[in-house]
Amino acid sequence: MNTDTIAAIATAVNNSGISIIRISGPDAIMVADKVFKAKNENKKLASVPSHTIHYGYIKSHELTIDEVLVMVMKAPNSYTKEDIVEINCHGGIIVTKKVLEEVIKSGARIAEPGEFTKRAFLNGRIDLSQAEAVSDIINAKNNYALKNSLNQLKGTVYKKIKELRKNILHDLAYLEAGLDDPEHIDIGGFRNELLNNIINYKKDIKKLLDTVNNGRLIKEGIKTVILGKPNAGKSSLLNALIGAERAIVTDIPGTTRDTLEETLMIGDLCLNIVDTAGIRNTTDVVESMGVKRARLMSEESDLILYVVDASEPLDENDEEIINMIKSRNAVILLNKSDLEQVITVEEIKEKADKKVLLISAREKEGLEELEEYIKDIYFKGMLEYNDEVYITNLRQEEALRMSLESLEMVQKTIEDDMPEDLYAVDMMSSYEALGKITGEQVDEDLINTIFREFCMGK
Amino acid sequence: MPHIYESYDVVVVGAGHAGCEAALACARLGLNTMIVTISMDSIALMPCNPNIGGTSKGHLVKEIDALGGEMGKNIDKTYIQSKMLNVSKGPAVHSLRAQADKQDYSREMRRILENTENLTLKQAEVTEILIENEKVTGIKTYSEAVYPCRAVILCTGTYLNAKCITGEISNYTGPNGLKAANYLTDSLKKAGIEMYRFKTGTPARIDKRSIDFSKMEEQPGDEETVPFSFTNKEEDIKKEQVPCWLTYTNESTHKIIRDNIHRSPLFSGDIKGTGPRYCPSIEDKVVKFADKDRHQVFIEPEGNYTNEMYIGGMSSSLPEDVQYQMYRSVAGLENAKIVRNAYAIEYDCINPNQLKASLEFKNVEGLFSGGQFNGSSGYEEAAAQGLIAGINAAMKLLERKPLILDRSEAYIGVLIDDLVTKETFEPYRMMTSRAEYRLLLRQDNADIRLTKIGYEIGLISEERNQVLLTKEESIAKEMKRVNEALIGATSYVQDFLNKNGSQSLKTGVTIGELIRRPELNYDLLEPIDLERKPLPKDVRDQVNINIKYEGYIERQLRQVEQFKKLENKRIPDDLDYEQVKSLRIEARQKLMKLRPASVGQASRISGVSPADISVLLVYLEQFRRKHN
Repeated sequence: MNTDTIAAIATAVNNSGISIIRISGPDAIMVADKVFKAKNENKKLASVPSHTIHYGYIKSHELTIDEVLVMVMKAPNSYTKEDIVEINCHGGIIVTKKVLEEVIKSGARIAEPGEFTKRAFLNGRIDLSQAEAVSDIINAKNNYALKNSLNQLKGTVYKKIKELRKNILHDLAYLEAGLDDPEHIDIGGFRNELLNNIINYKKDIKKLLDTVNNGRLIKEGIKTVILGKPNAGKSSLLNALIGAERAIVTDIPGTTRDTLEETLMIGDLCLNIVDTAGIRNTTDVVESMGVKRARLMSEESDLILYVVDASEPLDENDEEIINMIKSRNAVILLNKSDLEQVITVEEIKEKADKKVLLISAREKEGLEELEEYIKDIYFKGMLEYNDEVYITNLRQEEALRMSLESLEMVQKTIEDDMPEDLYAVDMMSSYEALGKITGEQVDEDLINTIFREFCMGK
Repeated sequence: MPHIYESYDVVVVGAGHAGCEAALACARLGLNTMIVTISMDSIALMPCNPNIGGTSKGHLVKEIDALGGEMGKNIDKTYIQSKMLNVSKGPAVHSLRAQADKQDYSREMRRILENTENLTLKQAEVTEILIENEKVTGIKTYSEAVYPCRAVILCTGTYLNAKCITGEISNYTGPNGLKAANYLTDSLKKAGIEMYRFKTGTPARIDKRSIDFSKMEEQPGDEETVPFSFTNKEEDIKKEQVPCWLTYTNESTHKIIRDNIHRSPLFSGDIKGTGPRYCPSIEDKVVKFADKDRHQVFIEPEGNYTNEMYIGGMSSSLPEDVQYQMYRSVAGLENAKIVRNAYAIEYDCINPNQLKASLEFKNVEGLFSGGQFNGSSGYEEAAAQGLIAGINAAMKLLERKPLILDRSEAYIGVLIDDLVTKETFEPYRMMTSRAEYRLLLRQDNADIRLTKIGYEIGLISEERNQVLLTKEESIAKEMKRVNEALIGATSYVQDFLNKNGSQSLKTGVTIGELIRRPELNYDLLEPIDLERKPLPKDVRDQVNINIKYEGYIERQLRQVEQFKKLENKRIPDDLDYEQVKSLRIEARQKLMKLRPASVGQASRISGVSPADISVLLVYLEQFRRKHN
């Protein structure tokens, strides 16, 4: 049925100790063999019997990524009725992701949302009653993924990809215009110019791929927002968290939104922290931009850190914030515990049923408790975040690589002195692959560009 | 009072390039056929450019011929100049184009029609298609004559409610001042058919005696003539050719146009129809590409027995006085005498999405259509659809399977799939860039792709099919031989390679490997290929192309395999899309309107996403299991 091999993390990307990467398709075993080194070094998965488990390591360039158990299930006795390999990873989220990346680099592609189930159904594995659920999953997840990738891909990366697509399309349209109307458009000599362009496009894509490798096109992690009145100590808290000796992933220019964002690692957990503008103005609180903005931020967030100045009484601004965080995952931080307190833990607990911690941002006190608490709620499953972003990133990396490969093919075709009409297919593939990142379909782009940019016809 | 006359199996309405192919196909397949035309003197008329073929259109003509159509043979008989375009590029885009003697072309086609068994010709204006219970029962003419029939093929070209426009002057006529057909549209609308209004245009014709050719570049035909029809060899059709001429517009031409642009019906809003982007008027080009200081103008003879010359590249709907100024500003046309003015023509056509890929209307059984009526432009596009509509009307009446060529089989497949699937906002012109698998769909292998199909249909003779089978066998044998024949690194061979700018051999190689080198080819290697036996040119060409582009051809074949998977997933005619949960609303509406025949076709509808296709696949599997 299907000729390609797909892979994904089959377990939720969160708190479980073990996560499973599932690979399905005709090349599943071959792909697994590329990344898996059995304890017994002579053992190859290609030659093991179906439904057996094997112990070994996932390696990337001789570097061990994780210690794993691998299960091989051969077609048709598997969930999808295709060859399936499942890799049980033990090393936590980051390691699991790394393993998946290796699997993708070895020839599988990221599964579409709901694709395992879709294959299972189309191959006759699961029964009719489940079919509708399958459709729902496909649709819901796709809508979500699309929205996700578009909302988050902004700034220079988006612009860069747009520009690349435009240039590739222009070159392609010129070629095609010349092939379709040789008497009006002479493409003789364009070959060398195109070769040059292709080399530059490749450079640009490689740069984007480096960006992916250094971080991500889109920020992953738990979206954390710090809320509070001016001078409540928000910035001090952020500095205290960041300033400590921890692994800090710096911002990749242009990949974040236009807000101050910092990324902070707590163990395996990745927090994207946004510092919001302080909420000012007591007279027109509701209408003030500060609140609007903060509200927006907190609505999109996975976790809110609400900083309260313990030495000042609560006012209507605080009321506003407390209302805002009521239905959200939030921690209230009573700051400046070194000064005299006019607000007590009990008082604030009465107003908002949230965890309250005493901290001193300036003295860096109480921060460890905060971290412990975040880890705790995460591992208890009380704090979830959107792991689709991670998949979106992988997908985009895959698309960039495909685009690059296609350009390499064009380059080879030119260098082999092949005729111009053979460039088109790969240039189109490159263009299409980039479109997957920006969420644009191809449709009649080429024909429209030919007519818009070149004067054709009798 | 209507009179009912004899009945026919098929009535073809219109005797242009689509109508002629449709009628010939039906009659040749043994059906009692009548072709009705508004004027017996305008059969296979070429009211615009005097040529057949060109990029991608040449492919269509070759395919028509390979399936047993007439266009290729007719132009081979009546051409006055022949040229292969794009020869400096790859074989996929080599395109044949011939200048026709228009009158000869028309007369020759008429002779063929008149001498075809089972075919009746009739001059009349069809005003009504008779339909009962969503099924065709006959046609009615302006004189109220009724001819009962089982199928109708509409090939009305640009005649429906036609309006010709030159500046402020409009005439309600068809092309060349011929009578328009002013009633049929209403009958079609009554049958629930959605109509569009399109526009096209043609340049002036100028008296040859008033042209100064010394100011122009001569454009001769090719020395080596390639026939359109696979039944002809070069020597069968070789003849003295006439030249075309090339000149240019200039700044002063452009100024005349700009100064008078407000008088153009296109810009004043008098013309409502949408024109083809591929054939823009000169005023369009001057406005849209203001930075170009000149445009090419091709001066082409309309035939051997006329002084009229076609002014290619300068179609226009500007007023007559502006036309005089404009044409006379071009080098060589200073004293031009205009025989016929340039004009734009508006006409009614259909939204082709209402058709199945067989070119039968989805909502009227037995009603087929082809050509400009389907929203395309060009003689070759018309003929291709006419042929398919004709074949499929016949297949229907003979209770046989319709002929549907897919996008991987033929340009005809691409053309029809685009028309019936995609949204059309302008007259559709074939382009090689529309064909995803064009390396496979070459003009040189149209016979290998399609002649067997033509034979199965019944339009290709046993003898012609045998010729093809023999050719295929020789190709296969010769490919096997050159891929195995070893060439040693002898000094003779090394000298030969050096002389041809190719690297010397380090070890022995096969002839096939040498053919793959960009600087070499099959024919060139003859002196060092000692075992070679003489083979016809068409066989040698196939061997060369198949070996030289092998890697690319194989890749395309793999893509075709993928493509076929979705193409072969049929969607039941009566599928209720309301039952397909989880489809997005836009996709559901589009699918309900278009009713695609396969998942492949569904995936090409704009607004249907890959996720919708997944949902559809799951539903179809569910549907299949329920109904098994």
